[in-house]
Amino acid sequence: MSDPLKNRLLEDVVIFSGKPEADTGAQALASDHSPRARYRAQPLPARSGVSIEKDLQAQVEQFLFYQSELLDTKNWQAYIDLFADEGVYWMPARPEQTEWLDSPSIFAEDKELMTVRMGRIIHPNAWSQAPLWETSHLVGNVVIDEAADTKLHVRSRFQVQELRRDTLRSFAGTYRHTLRRHAGDFRIELQRVDLMNAQAPFDYTIQAWV
Amino acid sequence: MRPIAELIEPDRVHRTVYTDQEIFDREIDQIFETVWVYCGHESQVKAPGDYHTVQIGRQPMIMVRDRERRIHVLYNRCPHRGVELCGAVSGNTGSSFVCSYHAWSFHLDGAIRGIPLPHGYDGTRMTAANPDCSVKRAARVDSYRGFVFASLASDGPTLAEFLGDARIAFDDMCDRSPEGEVEVVPVCHRVVQHSNWKFFMENQLDALHPSVTHQSTGVAASKVERALKAEGKEPPLYYHYLSTFASSFDQWDSVQTVNFPRGHGILKGYMGLRPADPDTQEYTEAMYRAYGAERAEQYLGRSIHHVLIYPYLSVQSPLQQLRCLRPLSPGKTLSEIWHFRLKGVSPAIYRRSLWYFNLVNSPATMINADDLENWTKGQWGLQSKGGEWVSFHRNFGQDSCEGDIVYSNNGTSEVVMRNQFAAWAKYMAVTP
Repeated sequence: MSDPLKNRLLEDVVIFSGKPEADTGAQALASDHSPRARYRAQPLPARSGVSIEKDLQAQVEQFLFYQSELLDTKNWQAYIDLFADEGVYWMPARPEQTEWLDSPSIFAEDKELMTVRMGRIIHPNAWSQAPLWETSHLVGNVVIDEAADTKLHVRSRFQVQELRRDTLRSFAGTYRHTLRRHAGDFRIELQRVDLMNAQAPFDYTIQAWV
Repeated sequence: MRPIAELIEPDRVHRTVYTDQEIFDREIDQIFETVWVYCGHESQVKAPGDYHTVQIGRQPMIMVRDRERRIHVLYNRCPHRGVELCGAVSGNTGSSFVCSYHAWSFHLDGAIRGIPLPHGYDGTRMTAANPDCSVKRAARVDSYRGFVFASLASDGPTLAEFLGDARIAFDDMCDRSPEGEVEVVPVCHRVVQHSNWKFFMENQLDALHPSVTHQSTGVAASKVERALKAEGKEPPLYYHYLSTFASSFDQWDSVQTVNFPRGHGILKGYMGLRPADPDTQEYTEAMYRAYGAERAEQYLGRSIHHVLIYPYLSVQSPLQQLRCLRPLSPGKTLSEIWHFRLKGVSPAIYRRSLWYFNLVNSPATMINADDLENWTKGQWGLQSKGGEWVSFHRNFGQDSCEGDIVYSNNGTSEVVMRNQFAAWAKYMAVTP
């Protein structure tokens, strides 16, 4: 490598961010422009009233159904609120992976990063949100593997249809929830999502939690 | 189709270079099945018999290590009836390849090993002495710092000549290890882009688009980043990786591009990858011990965001990841996304680049979701007869030439695209 090039590469620019929002992007030129309809979640789905002590299986199932309904109705904050403070949403790249912090993953998000993802999706200039985009989740085969006083380990299967513009995609796989009992309800400590086609080519990306 | 010479001018190109099937077919013949194409990293095939399949242009190929530890790149095709020898993406084939159809078997360098009932070929021209009985090999195979390339053309520039100064992609990646080496992280994300391969290549060094395209993610990340700071917490570095996307146009204009012959280029760094934390300090000390202060500073101080190896590779060397394109059709491109681990660094340093890989380069990327949306709409828009030309006029004639390298004086100069199309024109044998 020539010396002039070497020297050129030693001249570094570091951008310090934190500029107000109005200075960036399309809004810098057209402050009222947004490519998409205003984000609005559908009304919160009703929660089933199964009694807590009576039927743990039913209670867990209702929790999983409710969680998937929150996704389908785009109630992102309510979805995040189902997680414990230190809760994690993890979609590993391979089924044999056992820990989330040091594994190449498709999703590896604590609640703060989930908040970033939500912030992106609801931002008026999230361009990829302009086309029609809907999902429909089906959750079944719910098995409670372990039920201790404070914690439960639950396995289930999911099937997701996603419509984007004119195209339907489908995803399938296994959920593994580590649930903590919390005031007569549950909070998610870990939701592990093993997508069957995690290493197959993705047609476009995945924008929200599956 | 109009003659290619009429489709390309120094400051604009005709829309059909992105959409036309005949042009695409010519690109495959004259570019992708001719130039040095990245096959994989040596650490993907560690043991004898380890193989990894790879597509070069339209050709299904196999990268394999033999028992003398040499790496070969073979056409994935049985010379008997044309059936692919390897059906899986990767694996270990033992001491030979065996065809699943009629059990022709081959040594790991492709030479014929055995045919069932060989007397059936007595008196024919298909006998073991005939080279047509062996698996065909790529015309040329070479590697640079562990990264293996093959060319299907027997003539042409060497790998070193092809890479030119852009070989710094691999130097920069490996030099950041105190041991001077990387090894592959054995996960390959694959994402299909519904757009011509050129969209990705242009986008990689396009410094104007991030604050527009990625505004939503940049703003969302900077909000959480600020909230964490307000709580007295130190936000992890990946918030800065994301929030920087939503910088102002002026800030992006200050980031320089370096444009090499053959269409290669560099987008210089802007993220500031040397925070003053104990992990970075420990890493810097290890680098000083390995290389001495001067060289270590040269390695750690290199200002690089991406290095582009035209026409198919984007190497993010400071964070040890790369994206490799396999064009499928004029409007469809497969990207393969790999991450590498620096040898001899702490888990904290590995984790730092891993989290960028997860957030920016995984199939759930918060960044490329909006890029792919742009390129899809770009591919559709170019079908329109609302205009015939694609404009690359920004800062035309305002860049600095030093020898055969062009430096942009504005980060957002479209010299990147002009330089790529100058190379494209040479490959397609026309003068713009």
